[in-house]
Amino acid sequence: MDLNIIWFMLVAVLYIGFFVLEGFDFGVGMLVPVLSKDKDPQMVDLKRRTIINTIGPHWDGNEVWLLTAGGATFAAFPHWYATMFSGFYVALFLLLLALILRGVAFEFRSKDENPRWRNFWDWSIFLGSLLPALLLGVAFGNLARGVPIDQNMQYAGTFFDLLNPYALLAGLTLVIGCVLYGAIFLSLKTTGELREKASALARKLWLPTLVVMLALMTTTYYATDILSSLGVNPGAVRVTGLAAILLVGYFLRKGREGWAFIMMAVTITTTLITAFMIMFPRVMISSLNADWSLTIYNASSSPYTLKVMSIVALIFVPIVLAYQGWSYWVFRKRIETKPEGLTY
Amino acid sequence: MDPILLARLQFGVTTVYHYFFVPLTLGLSVLVAIMETLYVRTGQDMYKRMTKFWGKLFLINFAMGVVTGIVQEFQFGMNWSEYSRFVGDIFGAPLAIEALMAFFLESTLLGVWIFGWDKLSKGLHAVVMWLVAIGSNLSALWILIANSFMQEPVGYVLRNGRAEMNDFFALLLNPSVGVQVPHTILAGFTTGAFFVMGISAYHLIHKHDLPLYRKSFQIAAIVGMISIVMVSLNGHTQTQHMVETQPMKMAAAEALWETENPASFSLLTIGDLSQTREIFSIRLPGVLSLLAYNQLTGEVHGIYDLQEEFQQTYGPGNYIPPVAVIYWTFRFMVGAGMAMVALALYALFMAMGDMFETNPKVLRLFIIAIALPYIANASGWIMTEMGRDPWVVYGLMKIEDGISPVVSSGQALLSLIGFTALYGALMVATIYLLGKYAKAGSTGTVVPSLPDDQMPSLVGAQD
Repeated sequence: MDLNIIWFMLVAVLYIGFFVLEGFDFGVGMLVPVLSKDKDPQMVDLKRRTIINTIGPHWDGNEVWLLTAGGATFAAFPHWYATMFSGFYVALFLLLLALILRGVAFEFRSKDENPRWRNFWDWSIFLGSLLPALLLGVAFGNLARGVPIDQNMQYAGTFFDLLNPYALLAGLTLVIGCVLYGAIFLSLKTTGELREKASALARKLWLPTLVVMLALMTTTYYATDILSSLGVNPGAVRVTGLAAILLVGYFLRKGREGWAFIMMAVTITTTLITAFMIMFPRVMISSLNADWSLTIYNASSSPYTLKVMSIVALIFVPIVLAYQGWSYWVFRKRIETKPEGLTY
Repeated sequence: MDPILLARLQFGVTTVYHYFFVPLTLGLSVLVAIMETLYVRTGQDMYKRMTKFWGKLFLINFAMGVVTGIVQEFQFGMNWSEYSRFVGDIFGAPLAIEALMAFFLESTLLGVWIFGWDKLSKGLHAVVMWLVAIGSNLSALWILIANSFMQEPVGYVLRNGRAEMNDFFALLLNPSVGVQVPHTILAGFTTGAFFVMGISAYHLIHKHDLPLYRKSFQIAAIVGMISIVMVSLNGHTQTQHMVETQPMKMAAAEALWETENPASFSLLTIGDLSQTREIFSIRLPGVLSLLAYNQLTGEVHGIYDLQEEFQQTYGPGNYIPPVAVIYWTFRFMVGAGMAMVALALYALFMAMGDMFETNPKVLRLFIIAIALPYIANASGWIMTEMGRDPWVVYGLMKIEDGISPVVSSGQALLSLIGFTALYGALMVATIYLLGKYAKAGSTGTVVPSLPDDQMPSLVGAQD
């Protein structure tokens, strides 16, 4: 196995790490207005605060996975970075606006009592979670499906070419998957009414999520070249993915939310692995001409740079995993729906 | 509209804006860590309130720095794809290392710090703040390593139509890193110190929680004094390095059109609108030579000669940066820096004695002086970046060759307007919150003035 393959896998790991972690906090963000409904406006605010506090210590560290994935793409596959980021310009612009609003909202919303101020930031959290999940789902749908890339490694389509039905289905799948994932997370991290509501919502969302996922799996056979690249046999990854999403439903029904959460993480992981397997060894599939695709070889950095970066990654990835794991351990307890003990 | 102009404007707007928050993060993180350490060492409740008060302002500022930093990492690829292809092999590495080594650390542990007051021991909580401060400053180090490659490309070989890394350690030990890193990080400490002094001055004038703000002022005065003096000395070294490596930037900063020996320092120069000739100039003879070589003689090349020289080396073209911008930003930076040296000296003098309440006029000066580091930071970077014009990577790639060919003017205009509008609105919200919490003070409400019992002494005051 050469360094190019290792770096392709590492970039994949960074994106998977991002979706496994930020996936539930996107979901939690989208559930802020949904699960906080109450007749008493003060209770609405308290519930919203509680929901936000469940991800308060983690969302920023989770988001760094995306930035690191971007940085690693730049360092290891500069042409991939250049082609994708300039080609998906408008989509990334919208993604950035959403992520900016969301990040500021977490910090700002509770720093002023004015209900309109709080409401504005709460909806920023909602949109700032919905839009990135949708856009990134669409982006990965397009990466698997292929986009118009010309012979000079440049994107030759428009923003609207990215909004094809298959990619939109991938976006929808990621959105609903994140909401389900977020609801399970909230059922693990809250107490009382909030916990019951989150858990009930998770049970309700499971079937629609399964349906959308099955639709995505089926259409993938038509929209991508999975048959020629991976064959008819679904293989261990996709079988595991299917089993995992079924087990999510089983564990939710049994009230075993911890297991449901783990199975949801497995579902997201296997879905993304499948997307990366479809792409491999290409990083941007050209829908115009197979020879114009960017691959892990023609888009990569020099062997020297890949070697340097491998050493850096070998040292720092375990350290990051260790302290990020520790941060989850520190905040492992459930959060009560009470003003005392809420930070944000 | 010209797509290059739009892309440059967007990079300029988003970067200057991002850099409005970064220096305060660099400095205030360390100051808050010092305060929390004092809390752990003394167990005094005052230091806890102090840590929480400045910590709150730190967090508002930090959030803005983080979210605007995401744009920075993305827009190389978005707007400057050909630049990214050309330098990705060597420029991408420090950015990726920054994310892996520093950004993860500060972001993850800041979450722990904010929410961990009751979950961690006092000591561990302070250690977490130190790690946040280290993470923030390490982040600056890696970004400056990347920027230094643009100023002074080293450790590369031109191969496969791009700059490929062939010596990682040369990249790290770039002489430009040696002058830029201390200057930038210490400027960050200076920013933090003037921020703390200014807001403390406000509360000292209004006699809120006097012991806390006196102590805050003292800590900031010490840090500020050391930092600003070192920034200035380092700035001198940096000037000498610039004469050697980017003579055009130096000539533009001095509006030095003709080569001179001994070279004069411009006190005031007015040029014509085309920025290619001077109309009027007052100059101090020999002072530029002194700055450049530590002696009163020595040749400093003028803009006309350098233009000739560059045409011979790099082919026909205009190698003159916008002289007026470079000239004035250099003066704003140095002027603000000198004012800060004077103020920091006075602050230290004041903090050592018992002069806080006797002189509210001077204290008011420190509130206004919060603006000084911001002026110096922004103008310093505008000078550094625009002074490299027409190069995006000095001597290797011109700005216009780095742009994304697939991004249309319409798209670039859309994002320029979008970012500017959002950033403008967020600036209003941020200043509102910073003002609100800065004024609310350490107890959230106004504390009645305490009897002026005793003044904590400057060093080792742990009474």
